[in-house]
Amino acid sequence: MKWEVVIGLEVHTQLTTQSKIFSSASTAFGAAPNTQTAVVDIALPGALPVMNKAAVEKAIQFGLAIGAKVNQRSVFARKNYFYPDLPKGYQISQFELPVVEGGAITINVDGVDKTINLTRAHLEEDAGKSVHEDFHGLSGIDLNRAGTPLLEIVSEPEMRSAAEAVAYAKALYSLVTWIGICDGNMQEGSFRCDVNVSVRPEGQKEFGTRREVKNLNSFKFIEQAVKAEVQYQIELIEDGGKVQQATVLFNPDTGETRAMRSKEDAHDYRYFPDPDLPPLVISDEWVERVRSELPELPAAMQARFVEQYGIPAYDAATLTASKALAGYYEATVAAGADAKLASNWIMGDVSATLNREEKDIVDTPVSAEALAGLIRRVSDNTINNKTAKDVLRKMWDEGVTDPNGADAIIERDGLKQETDTGALEAIVDEVIANNAKSVEEYRAGKEKALNALVGQCMKASKGKGNPGVLTELLKQKLA
Amino acid sequence: MIEKSLKQLSGMLAAKDVSAVELATEYLGRIKANAALNAFIAIDEAKTLAQAQAADAARAAGNAGALTGIPVAHKDIFCQQGWVASCGSKMLENFVAPYNAHVIEQCDAAGLVTLGRTNMDEFAMGSSNENSAFGAVLNPWDRKAVPGGSSGGSAAAVAARLAPIATGTDTGGSIRQPASFCGVTGIKPTYGIVSRFGMIAYASSLDQGGPFGKSAEDCALLLNVMAGFDERDATSLQHAKEDYARDLDAPLAGLRIGLPREYFAEGLAADVAAAIDAAIAEYKKLGATVVDISLPNTRLAIPSYYVIAPAEASSNLSRFDGVRYGHRAADYDGLTEMYEKSRAEGFGWEVKRRILTGTYVLSHGYYDAYYLQAQKIRRIIADDFQRAFADCDLIMGPVAPGTAWNLGDKNADPVAMYLEDIYTLGVNLAGLPGMSVPAGFDTAGRPIGLQIIGNYFAEAKMLNAAHRFQQATDWHQKAPAL
Repeated sequence: MKWEVVIGLEVHTQLTTQSKIFSSASTAFGAAPNTQTAVVDIALPGALPVMNKAAVEKAIQFGLAIGAKVNQRSVFARKNYFYPDLPKGYQISQFELPVVEGGAITINVDGVDKTINLTRAHLEEDAGKSVHEDFHGLSGIDLNRAGTPLLEIVSEPEMRSAAEAVAYAKALYSLVTWIGICDGNMQEGSFRCDVNVSVRPEGQKEFGTRREVKNLNSFKFIEQAVKAEVQYQIELIEDGGKVQQATVLFNPDTGETRAMRSKEDAHDYRYFPDPDLPPLVISDEWVERVRSELPELPAAMQARFVEQYGIPAYDAATLTASKALAGYYEATVAAGADAKLASNWIMGDVSATLNREEKDIVDTPVSAEALAGLIRRVSDNTINNKTAKDVLRKMWDEGVTDPNGADAIIERDGLKQETDTGALEAIVDEVIANNAKSVEEYRAGKEKALNALVGQCMKASKGKGNPGVLTELLKQKLA
Repeated sequence: MIEKSLKQLSGMLAAKDVSAVELATEYLGRIKANAALNAFIAIDEAKTLAQAQAADAARAAGNAGALTGIPVAHKDIFCQQGWVASCGSKMLENFVAPYNAHVIEQCDAAGLVTLGRTNMDEFAMGSSNENSAFGAVLNPWDRKAVPGGSSGGSAAAVAARLAPIATGTDTGGSIRQPASFCGVTGIKPTYGIVSRFGMIAYASSLDQGGPFGKSAEDCALLLNVMAGFDERDATSLQHAKEDYARDLDAPLAGLRIGLPREYFAEGLAADVAAAIDAAIAEYKKLGATVVDISLPNTRLAIPSYYVIAPAEASSNLSRFDGVRYGHRAADYDGLTEMYEKSRAEGFGWEVKRRILTGTYVLSHGYYDAYYLQAQKIRRIIADDFQRAFADCDLIMGPVAPGTAWNLGDKNADPVAMYLEDIYTLGVNLAGLPGMSVPAGFDTAGRPIGLQIIGNYFAEAKMLNAAHRFQQATDWHQKAPAL
């Protein structure tokens, strides 16, 4: 039987506010345990939550960025359950009326665009952490994270493969970091995914029973977990079993998923509106102000790149993978580099080097201005492409940020392209004399032989000869 | 001195006829001499005297406000830095508050001197004060009788002249009913006027702090201190600061008093009815007119309240889990047992009953039938009041169907006790202000309170009506023989 995979994601994005969602305590990561806690975060008797407007503003930003409806009125509810790292005995979240409803994100898998619709996004507070390693036989509780603002983003079950799930997670990641509502630090838990997976026979309308893989904090884990789940579920059904609704954990070491709790022992969270917080009211003026301050979004920027710089759509899409990369590209062009050459260099050598060194564009040692200086020397034939690659390597190693840094290296290392016809003529004569076979082939009409001869000339000139001039000279002399 | 009004005490302090230390010492002596009433859970003489000395120093330095040096008793529900805030529970008997409630901050800033922490029903759940983990409070008028609850300690303290004024909270009648049972004046303000920050929550959407005093005037002055917008409470109203004593002496001519039929129906004790009738007759003499009104869903306030309040309480009290502070069982095996034993040992029966009720009504499959239904009734009750206020300026009636009952009488039957709240619950559900004013005694000599209910923000008008009544009568000046 052919199986269809159905996947939906719930992503917890930690919002980049200075203080917590309902208290004035700091949200900074890594402080000594329980030092970033106001009375609300420890849930002292009599403590009351107060809404942090900055968190709301980030939810509005997100809603606008995905073309969703930002609700004028949304309601905070209490999700009740006991756990030591949940100090109040309930989490303040949104249940029936979330702040954001609808919207969509476009993903691209194997060159094909697909729109994934979103169900909702709601504001909630994070819990604290239980610490088991530090105390023998005891558990410690660190409430620094308790009350950190989260935006939980829920998609429709519209993904049909692990690749689509990963593409969605990446697109969402790139969007929330692009608009700056999330720092994207997955190791610190700023972007955590719960993945709902089910399978059904192809053509069947009803969904199969789903299992939810909790708390995946890397794209690789999403892919592995989905594949493991799909295989587990299909094998189970084909062996005559039935999938039971469950919450499961993914073990990256074994690559397996393991059920944490079944539907039978699922919590009854007893949601009800939080009487400590009036409904969240968002005025049209507020939404319009946020809209006017929203940065240019990736899709709009891609279109502009094609229009303004005349580069292919593929280049524009690649260069807008992150705001930093796009910014680097624009700065390079603004510093005088040819737009298409700049695109080639950034997508080519610059990206390749970054990948090799596992660095992000923000960590590049070569400034956009310095790169533009290099590209200008390619454009004006001061150096050829091959030499330019070497110069970039040196600039990289030396951390060149000066706009004239490329010139200095070319000068220092004597890499200037040889365009003096007299000097090059001697080389050409020598190559013609030493390569009778190629000369003969060329004269017999084999165009390819000319390339070999140019290559020999380049070698003889130690890479400094201008290939264009050398080609012309060869043609003249062999005519 | 103990019969003086706040105004008189303020004048004496200003004239140096008495010092704050002398006042505090006098009241501390009375508290200790009447410890049998069990009105206080804690006193701390050193703290009180230090605060009184500071008040005297402020007076000497010319930095004093009108109330600087006046003693006050605080209900054990308000977090007060350095004091245990037990909330009448074993769960918090060792919980020393590390911060001040807004009400405490305001009282401290006004120069009031804390006499101690008054006894109360555990977590403010109860109408008789018998649910305190620290023993029942005795009614100063009759030690066989309950003082009412949940702010029974504060009401008894003012009645027995152990404090000139006291703070309390009212979720379903917890200021008005003990004020009525103890023969003192108490007011539950419009929801949102007094910040709940630092006030240990019972039912968040109903809880409201308010003052007790011997008179309406004293209550007005303490309410001036307690009220005020506080950004740390999201339900605190951005209502302009007002002087609640500004209209105390205004004439009552033309005042329209609404008498809700349902408050004078079956179940009202005859002597209570007679006292309320006499009070209304007094108001007519003062120039008021009487309007027959209806609050048709009064009866439904009881089931609505006893769904909403326990629902909120079941969630509010989840934080008492033995993890961070409060009672933790000595022996337990694993996390679940730690929760179970700590909470089983830390909470009393009434608290457990309400946690169970609240958990039930919020459960999957029952939420719509109970909680949502109760919220609908709540809106209907609020609408009833608004319709009534179209025809009258204030509503008057009894605070409770009867007077203080005997200790132990209703303990076996919680529902019978819940029914005693019938006239007070509607005010909380609607968020309206209500007060109790002494209006006589029953045949056994136990006090009877007249309830005055106003529309939102009508505190000044209610206090005006109460003050004029107190100018014409002397019920509020009667004190129990101790």
